[in-house]
Amino acid sequence: MNMRALPKMSEEPALAMRAEQRTLPSDQTVVQLPVRKRVMLIASGGGHWIEMSRLAEAFADCHCEFVSTAPNLIAPFGDRPVVKVTDGSRDTLPALIGSFRELWRLIRARRPDVVVSTGAAPGAIALYIAKLHGIRTIWIDSVANSECLSLSGRAVRPIVDLCLTQWPDLASSDPRIRYFGRVL
Amino acid sequence: MILVSVGTQLPFDRLVKAVDDWTHLRGRKDVIAQIGPSDYLPKALDYFPFMEHDRFFELQSRCTVMVSHAGMGSIITALELGKPIIVLARDHTRNEHRNAHQSDTLRQFAKFPGIYAARDEDHVAELLDTCETMTAKPSIEATAPREFIDRLAHYVQDEMVPSRRARLMAMLRRSR
Repeated sequence: MNMRALPKMSEEPALAMRAEQRTLPSDQTVVQLPVRKRVMLIASGGGHWIEMSRLAEAFADCHCEFVSTAPNLIAPFGDRPVVKVTDGSRDTLPALIGSFRELWRLIRARRPDVVVSTGAAPGAIALYIAKLHGIRTIWIDSVANSECLSLSGRAVRPIVDLCLTQWPDLASSDPRIRYFGRVL
Repeated sequence: MILVSVGTQLPFDRLVKAVDDWTHLRGRKDVIAQIGPSDYLPKALDYFPFMEHDRFFELQSRCTVMVSHAGMGSIITALELGKPIIVLARDHTRNEHRNAHQSDTLRQFAKFPGIYAARDEDHVAELLDTCETMTAKPSIEATAPREFIDRLAHYVQDEMVPSRRARLMAMLRRSR
């Protein structure tokens, strides 16, 4: 966890602990404080965003920051605004370079513990940036791809920690892909 | 009201023109279309290229029938709201998409009640002629199934350990 970003978190629990320790047995029991994981969730507008919103509840116990390419979206939960980045695809490479720069700055500024994406191309780029920074990564391929993983999915498959498909047949044909369920 | 949507990234002139011609032929005044970067400009439709998510969802809630490309956004929303939806897949051999996944998607989802898969432009017009008799009811919840969410949450909370590099960085920060 980034202590510089959250200076108070390191102080307050320590004070609370001292009071508690008076009643603890003297066998030096270490009490682990639960640390909420910081998660960045990235999805392009349209279907990718809708699929992300449907499964966002899985991250309800984490500090979540939502990122999308569509303007003025409302996060599925929490009151933080959704960060907007430039949209791009392999047909619009200059725009994709713009998304890369914005995502690079964003991930370096926030330093999340996990980056999750449901696509499309900007999400895949974010996972590569996260990997370079030692951040854990999850790719969830769209339910639209029933016959083979999307191009972005195939691009991130070698580097992500978890690569999910929403079709069991796809997962059984490739040990690097897993199936947890479907968003609908 | 009939609502058309083709997504925001790529044009889909074939669908926009099919609905526009049908609207013109039948003299309907209640057809609205989100046409994205399509080159074909409709004559009889009310159209706009793009709309913010929330405002578009409001239109989707108000319409009686949806017509769309085989994009998951439109399909999921139709199933959630219980609206009949006529779907024409983008054909990548006509450069309407980068790959053939829309026809795969449509083949999988054509089984769902309320989803009417169109073979081509003429079939879109045929289906539109019967749209008053189409039925659908909400068939999916507003969130993913509990089991999927729980399994993903379990993975993130219990199976995912920080990378060696992240642990080292955390240690360095603590010692500073």
